[in-house]
Amino acid sequence: MQSVEDIKPCFPLFRNDEYKQTISNKRVSFEEGYGPDKVEETFLWTTSQEYQELNFKREALTVNPAKTCQPLGSSLCGLGFHKALVYVHGSQGCIAYFRTYFNRHFKEPVAIIADSMTEDAAVFGGQKNVHEGLANAAKLYDAEMIVMSTTCIAEVIGDDLNAFIGNARKEGHVPEGFPIPFAHTPSFVGSHVTGWDNMEEGILRYFTLNHMEDKAPGKNGKINIVPGFETYLGNFRVIKRMLQEMDVAFTMLSDPEEVLDTPADGSFTMYAGGTTQDEVKDAPNAHTTFLLQPLQLDKTKKFVEGTWNHEVPKLNIPMGVEWTDAWLMKVSEVTGKPIPASLTRERGRLLDMMTDSHAWLHGKKMALYGDPDFVMGLTKVLMEFGIEPTHIVCNNGSKKWKKAMEAMLAESPYGAGAKVYPGADLWHLRSLCFTDKPDFLIGNSYGKYIQRDTLHKGEDFEVPLIRLGFPIFDRHHLHRQTTLGYEGTMQILTTLTNAVLERLDDKTRGLGTTDYNHDLVR
Amino acid sequence: MAKLRQAAIYGKGGIGKSTTTQNLVAALAESGKKVMIVGCDPKADSTRLILHAKAQNSVMELAAEAGSVEDLELEDVLSVGYGGIKCVESGGPEPGVGCAGRGVITAINFLEEEGAYTDDLDFVFYDVLGDVVCGGFAMPIRENKAQEIYIVCSGEMMAMYAANNIAKGIVKYANSGSVRLAGLICNSRNTDREDELIIALAEKLGSQMIHFIPRDNAVQHAEIRRMTVIEFDPTHKQADEYRALANKIVNNKKFVIPTPITMDELEALLMEFGIMEVENTAIIGKTAAELAADALAA
Repeated sequence: MQSVEDIKPCFPLFRNDEYKQTISNKRVSFEEGYGPDKVEETFLWTTSQEYQELNFKREALTVNPAKTCQPLGSSLCGLGFHKALVYVHGSQGCIAYFRTYFNRHFKEPVAIIADSMTEDAAVFGGQKNVHEGLANAAKLYDAEMIVMSTTCIAEVIGDDLNAFIGNARKEGHVPEGFPIPFAHTPSFVGSHVTGWDNMEEGILRYFTLNHMEDKAPGKNGKINIVPGFETYLGNFRVIKRMLQEMDVAFTMLSDPEEVLDTPADGSFTMYAGGTTQDEVKDAPNAHTTFLLQPLQLDKTKKFVEGTWNHEVPKLNIPMGVEWTDAWLMKVSEVTGKPIPASLTRERGRLLDMMTDSHAWLHGKKMALYGDPDFVMGLTKVLMEFGIEPTHIVCNNGSKKWKKAMEAMLAESPYGAGAKVYPGADLWHLRSLCFTDKPDFLIGNSYGKYIQRDTLHKGEDFEVPLIRLGFPIFDRHHLHRQTTLGYEGTMQILTTLTNAVLERLDDKTRGLGTTDYNHDLVR
Repeated sequence: MAKLRQAAIYGKGGIGKSTTTQNLVAALAESGKKVMIVGCDPKADSTRLILHAKAQNSVMELAAEAGSVEDLELEDVLSVGYGGIKCVESGGPEPGVGCAGRGVITAINFLEEEGAYTDDLDFVFYDVLGDVVCGGFAMPIRENKAQEIYIVCSGEMMAMYAANNIAKGIVKYANSGSVRLAGLICNSRNTDREDELIIALAEKLGSQMIHFIPRDNAVQHAEIRRMTVIEFDPTHKQADEYRALANKIVNNKKFVIPTPITMDELEALLMEFGIMEVENTAIIGKTAAELAADALAA
């Protein structure tokens, strides 16, 4: 049992004989489970080709979807505005979930408030909750704006935020001029990336729709950057750095870099950094608006094109060499600012790194999953490195995503063996990792279960997970890394190469057996 | 071209909303207007007279088949019928399960996202299920959607009661937005002094009776053939009634925030017109037999 002088966590504590005995007794006395042989037989069946075929016939069930819901995305979007209080109209549990999700990924406190709809609100409509919630929130939290979105309960009963907020102003719950941009974000439609897009559009609409008379593209000489659902803080930093090196003035339309990375200075900082209201109001005057994740920003794009009259550049996510090149050249073309020598040098260093590592990466097979633009950019990067992507899962990928992916894969010999699966989940991917084993799996923390299961079949079947994506709950500080630009590509290169080398060391550590290749120099 | 006008038709269940809407829309189309009907009723019977069909494939029905609404294309759900009228049915669940209101929200969002509201349209009509039972059925009157509401009613007490209730719902939305009550359409049931009664009710609500549609079997005859009167028998005098209604709606300028009345006021109105007798507490709760016995005793 646990001893006060030597407290142990569950591992290794439960490996003590005492605990082993207790757990085994419980199993025998109460669980009425099948014997280990039957469990093993069933496990092996789930690794078979036959099972995979059944697995892909699933219609009604999703297992480990590798996506989450709209209001999580709308919350992240709202966090990126200066002194903006994120307010979700809905039940308490949903919002507690969003907060913990972000806490676990960013290792930061994240302020999101809810108006706690209960049974009576579900019956009579949530207007009362919105009115009281706004009144309290406006008084308590020293916010300069409240950014509101919804959970499914409010959406099923048809709560109308526009009317509720309008009535709240009329009845004096919240001052007339206090900004409350809003978006409807039903959880059962799309995913977190859709919610981000809806919220962004809601905010841009709120501050600019009725103030377009004196606006014209190019008037303020800046460009706008719309990051989309972006959780790598380094990506905000690298985009800013590249633009600063180019001497390009810009507005990041949602910038949570500071609020999700506040220093430990002894005080709690609820708001930090973020895009200001004045910047949003002035955004229509930019030359144009760059969408960093164009496959998941349909609504924002429509608004920016339709209302701001911006000619949104047709670009891919700036990941890898070619697409970062294209991105920088477009920025240069739009602003007339040349690409500085510093960035050219940075590009050269990346190419140098790629040359240094290519022998270890060439021909490696990797399966991957994640959000639409990220997965597309990462696939592009893999092929630039000479890696062969195999199975590519994107639960929230659309038909448009599938088309774009297939066109891109067809352009490179490294893409010839790849298959894309929009709408598939991690249980599908688990099957694929057994029947067509990749060398590595790339994705968020949830992939660790696939690694565990493949290892269970035997060491030769193990598919190691490389953590790139969102969320990453089980490793620290990876969210501070970078995946965009040359810098991001360098970091991905470092991560992948070292994962390959670590793995090789693992395999060659056998004293007197495999250590003939346990080399000091790789 | 003129700005797109969007109108929602509400009214008590069974009052003839769908029939009136389709005949009205047919009359508008006949006069050269480009119109779309969006049926917001799980029964999905808002477009049958235009399409000569039993029931159109609805957005929700097709979405359920395809797996999700994102898998649908506009042409899957939009049919074109008499006079180039575009028809969409939101659809919804069987009675007793699910949530039809959410179906309305989903369908209208889908139409907006897929660009169904084209520039060449003059009118969009939402034909909405009987009572505004939940937030979903108010979707058509949210900001930037229908701005004018017509209530179909008759001189029957419950129809007027429903009309007054709908007016209460409109007030909620009108106070914070631009939706307005545009008039009552009296679909006659041949009750006593029906037109005067509805005019009086409309006045109390601060609105107007935009048209009185007399009862005529021609509507039935056309409906059996899944047609509007306008199409089936354009020379019939009933067709002219719908043309008159269409014309009045085209030229309508009277859009108001309604002033709903209390139950007492409504009862007073019915008494004034002799629909309801002055309350006689002696008769409440007594069966016909008991009343007959009372009468004998007297």
